[in-house]
Amino acid sequence: MSDHHDHLSLYGRQLSSRILLGTAQYPSPTILSEAVQRSGCEIITVSLRRELPKGTDGQSSGGSFWDLIQKMGAHILPNTAGCHTAKEAILTAKMARDLFKTNWIKLEVIGHHDSLQPDIFALVEAARNLVADGFEVFPYMTDDLVLAERLLAAGCKVLMPWCAPIGSAQGPVNVHGLRAIRGNFPDVPMIVDAGLGRPSHATQVMELGFDAVLLNTAVAKAGDPALMAEAFGKATEAGRSAYLAGMLEPRDMAVPSTPVIGQAVFGEL
Amino acid sequence: MSVSDIRDDGAGSGGLAHPSLCLSSSVNIHIRGAGVAGLCAALAFARRGAKVLISEKRPALAGNASWYAGGMLAPFCERESAEEVIERRGLESIGWWDGIGQDLVSHNGTLVVAPPRDQADLARFARMTNGHRLLDRQGVAELEPDLHDSFVKGLFYSDEAHMDPRLALEQVLSCLEELGGEIRFCSDLSMVGQCDLELDCRGMASPLPDRRGVRGEMLLLYAPDVRLTRTIRLLHPRIPLYVVPRANHHFMVGATMIESDHDGAITARSMMEFLNAAYALVPAFGEAQIIEAGIGVRPAFADNLPRLQYDKAQRTLSINGYYRHGYALGPLLAQAAVGWALDQHQDADFPVTSLSYLSPSSLNEVAQ
Repeated sequence: MSDHHDHLSLYGRQLSSRILLGTAQYPSPTILSEAVQRSGCEIITVSLRRELPKGTDGQSSGGSFWDLIQKMGAHILPNTAGCHTAKEAILTAKMARDLFKTNWIKLEVIGHHDSLQPDIFALVEAARNLVADGFEVFPYMTDDLVLAERLLAAGCKVLMPWCAPIGSAQGPVNVHGLRAIRGNFPDVPMIVDAGLGRPSHATQVMELGFDAVLLNTAVAKAGDPALMAEAFGKATEAGRSAYLAGMLEPRDMAVPSTPVIGQAVFGEL
Repeated sequence: MSVSDIRDDGAGSGGLAHPSLCLSSSVNIHIRGAGVAGLCAALAFARRGAKVLISEKRPALAGNASWYAGGMLAPFCERESAEEVIERRGLESIGWWDGIGQDLVSHNGTLVVAPPRDQADLARFARMTNGHRLLDRQGVAELEPDLHDSFVKGLFYSDEAHMDPRLALEQVLSCLEELGGEIRFCSDLSMVGQCDLELDCRGMASPLPDRRGVRGEMLLLYAPDVRLTRTIRLLHPRIPLYVVPRANHHFMVGATMIESDHDGAITARSMMEFLNAAYALVPAFGEAQIIEAGIGVRPAFADNLPRLQYDKAQRTLSINGYYRHGYALGPLLAQAAVGWALDQHQDADFPVTSLSYLSPSSLNEVAQ
């Protein structure tokens, strides 16, 4: 009964892994690389604003972080982390397209400096603009149903709702909201981005039917990042399999798994 | 020339084989680069009786990544994100710096704090490190009365230390000159062929493969009302910060680790965040004068640990890749280089490996 063709399709690219990793905050590139391998991850996100792939003179800098990232063999999903306005995000996306040679962009427009909550109004505006310019946009969004609708109307074909604020490690704090966007747009690939703290959180959102998870801090800041990446990889797979297998509905009384008909029943009846 | 190669594994570029040298202690050593790597190595060789000459391309001991360092000797705190060797051998290194100058190193420990809402970061930091004691609000205030009173907990690392890296470099140079060592500024020439061994300690200027740059930014503040006596680390999910006291109410503020070899001036965002965090940490920094803003690009290998690599054809030993650990590991790699060159001894943590990284064409620069 197992599904051998359970591929995730993101803007036409077929992927077998359902975990995406951010590349910031690791103790070293070596450890980042181990984490990528042990998670089974096929897509990594890279921030353009700070981890510049080129030197000051615009020449590729040999042996740079960028070279190490490329050697990891994963697809690159550049992001616009750190942008606070639609204009800034659009400009950063265009620079990313030139530098990384990809139309993919993880669109982040930060609305609140401290909590890094997305500015959903600027997000929709930037998404509309970038889609018109030929980008394939992965919008980092809150778990709001109407926002999901607007982003799809703006031309996004993938959605990336948070499940809690970035780096908070709280796991899904609004399961109702996540269910609502999942249930209303069953055919849109959705990646839960931000807020996952432990592998069981990843399992939980995958069981809800989300298509993939993206994480960074929970792995990078673990005591052993590579081992934690492996744990998240397995947990993500477990949640996906459970979703495909069809889970038992909970009920409010115990049901014995062994038939009791014909057995002697002692005690209170 | 008193050189003979007693063993050669014939390893080519990138080989892991361990080459060896057998030099008598009256050798001529030429060192390129007067950062912490070059100066520590120069002194270690001079102490063994070698005749040492350093060539530094800059006009003075200023402007390189070592010049803009924090000068924290923090083997326990660094363990939060560094390999275990940093903690295991860190105290040894502090002892080496103590031997350089009597008042160079301040043994006042490190205090780590986090804003009330980021206590999870403090718990994580405690879990990831050793050598600390948990302080309550009163304990924090007693150690550093000038800190903002919102810090309800702190971690105190009493065995850690700090120093002014600029004084440290100058004092290492003085020790070297007392032993007859020399330095030549505004000079970037190789002397391969004219010395028994050349040490390449040029940091980012050295043409090593697989070595990247990690940018760091710093501010130097002058705040006559502030009396911090030890390194303070502020944990924060976005703006981690450290403040290292210097003489006469000067304070070095830093922390950025940016994966880039861009060496342009400090960005507005970094400066704004530094000042914001520094002000939250110590309210009196609001009135501080900004004396200096600097940046340094630190050389690092993929594992963020330094390497000793010997190019046999060019008789050059490269000491590179200190990342943020130049002052913590500089003395150790210097000793390891001396042990390898003069005693045929390989340091278990920092062995010399073979690497042909200097092309013959680089010999063009040799003064004839």
